[in-house]
Amino acid sequence: MEKTVNQKAWFLVLPVLLLVAFSAVIPLMTVVNYAFQDTFGNNVFFWAGLTWFEELIESDRMWAALGRQAIFSAIILAIEVPLGIFVALNMPKKGFWASFCLVLMSLPLLIPWNVVGTIWQIFGRVDIGLLGYTLDKLGISYNYTQDFYAAWITVIVMDVWHWTSLVALLAYAGLQSIPDAYYQAAKIDQASRWNVFRYIELPKMAGVLMIAILLRFMDSFMIYTEPFVVTGGGPGNATTFLSIDLVKMALGQFDLGPAAAFSLMYFLVILLISWVFYTVMTNLDKREG
Amino acid sequence: MAKITLDNLAHSYLPNPTSEDDFALKQLDHDWVDGEAYALLGSSGCGKSTLLNIISGLLTPSQGRILFDGVDVTHAPTAERNIAQVFQFPVVYDTMTVRENLAFPLKNRGEKPSYIASRVNQIAQMIGMETELDRKARGLTADAKQKISLGRGMVREDVNALLFDEPLTVIDPHMKWELRTQLKKLHHEFGHTMIYVTHDQTEALTFADKVVVMYDGRVVQIGTPEELFETPEHTFVGYFIGSPGMNVIPAKVDGDKAYINGSYVQLGRGYGPLNGKIEIGVRPEFATLSDTDGLPVKIRRIEDVGRHKIIRAEFFGNDINIIASEGTPISADMNRVSFDPAHVNVYANDWRVKGEAA
Repeated sequence: MEKTVNQKAWFLVLPVLLLVAFSAVIPLMTVVNYAFQDTFGNNVFFWAGLTWFEELIESDRMWAALGRQAIFSAIILAIEVPLGIFVALNMPKKGFWASFCLVLMSLPLLIPWNVVGTIWQIFGRVDIGLLGYTLDKLGISYNYTQDFYAAWITVIVMDVWHWTSLVALLAYAGLQSIPDAYYQAAKIDQASRWNVFRYIELPKMAGVLMIAILLRFMDSFMIYTEPFVVTGGGPGNATTFLSIDLVKMALGQFDLGPAAAFSLMYFLVILLISWVFYTVMTNLDKREG
Repeated sequence: MAKITLDNLAHSYLPNPTSEDDFALKQLDHDWVDGEAYALLGSSGCGKSTLLNIISGLLTPSQGRILFDGVDVTHAPTAERNIAQVFQFPVVYDTMTVRENLAFPLKNRGEKPSYIASRVNQIAQMIGMETELDRKARGLTADAKQKISLGRGMVREDVNALLFDEPLTVIDPHMKWELRTQLKKLHHEFGHTMIYVTHDQTEALTFADKVVVMYDGRVVQIGTPEELFETPEHTFVGYFIGSPGMNVIPAKVDGDKAYINGSYVQLGRGYGPLNGKIEIGVRPEFATLSDTDGLPVKIRRIEDVGRHKIIRAEFFGNDINIIASEGTPISADMNRVSFDPAHVNVYANDWRVKGEAA
């Protein structure tokens, strides 16, 4: 078929272009602008080239934060994914208790992030918090404001408490889509419980699990509010993850240039990893079709 | 292989069934003879899948016992019963190859690898998938997947029974025929007891030695295809089997004659006094259109289906179908229908009355 050329069609795209420009492109470009310049205030800028990027690459501080960030994301994924699957497998399939569990599971997801932080901040306090006080009375030394391990454990347990539900709910949805005949056939084939999980449940959950892992990875990699409220990145720099470090740099020290360079690289890293996930996921779908 | 006995069996999905209507499967006593091929035939919701699931142990009956060769297995789990079952929709293990799928039931029972390998090849040949053995099951077409399910059901040689729950629903018509023939051949070769659930009469009649017709949770007749055709025990059997089904006409029966709206029909047998709803049933194959004898009817339509003609007629509000062979001339003044007395059955409250030889 012959296509009619009509340049006026571009006008139809204009509104969305404007919207995206103001909501994403222009703010991002401001950051790019800062990343390549230096300023001493009064809106006077000096060209800095790649200085900030070079400085960042050579800075131990950034690498340390990135390392902490990677370890944190790895740990919470290693806990939340298997735990979420385990919870989903043990949830009732139907009836009153199924709905009850679903409501219970979604409660942590409904709590605002800084409230979660506050809850755990108070919960863990040795003087008034239920957890901290109990541990202290049991003779276990626990103080997340001073002890490195206590701080990490608190932040990790908090994240697991907050987000395992999401993995569990997604896995549960995957499980619900498996027809009964599969379980019946497995019984007839005398498949063991492990085989049922390995060959029926896991393959059927694979798609939603990928989404769960992607979401949990991105969220944990960008985590800011909860650890900031609980530990403020401390003790020392023990729980200073990338976002916390970035905010310290940009707002605490007002190093806008390095912070902008930092933001750009942070953004690119997340984009890159998400792209890898997306590619793997679509390939998985293709194999399925 | 085993004889399967249903003793006083009934099932209700309700916890406290009170009336008979609460039972999805009404009381039933039956022996499934070892090595026979049965078809369970009935429309949707008649309880045939319920019965199948009770036999396979996926469902525990609310009443009665099931015995395999005299051993009570009513409460035994599926695995202990050593049966194979193929479901309506294909069940394959997506991440396994076709070969692994077929080997799975044998592997789980700890068979020797050499035996598994040879048996899997044998089955693959039977279902025609030898060339695809090393493909992943994911991504195969629905009928290829169902062939794998069938293969997995047949891979074990020592099963007590093979159960099929409408297994060919998703298969292409041409493939259906082929697979059914394969199943039948397999049955002759190994002599497994087979129970095949279907709502398709052709499938049931071609596959089975004995057809079990179910209606409303009840087994209404068990018989060979011929018996079902010639002497339907229940009006449902007459109506459900055959195309078109049996003509059922309300009548008054006295001795060896049935009276309908002032006309009478000669019966092949004599009957004593009958109570309840009395009807006579004649298959369209045993009805003839003529211009002289029989009931006066109004012809509404003649359908030529190629092999024969179906004449749709009406007699005082009752539909009567007549099958006439292709060559029969039909003229406008042929408006009477007569029945072959030997093939007129009498029904009281839907159940056939035997009568005495006249």
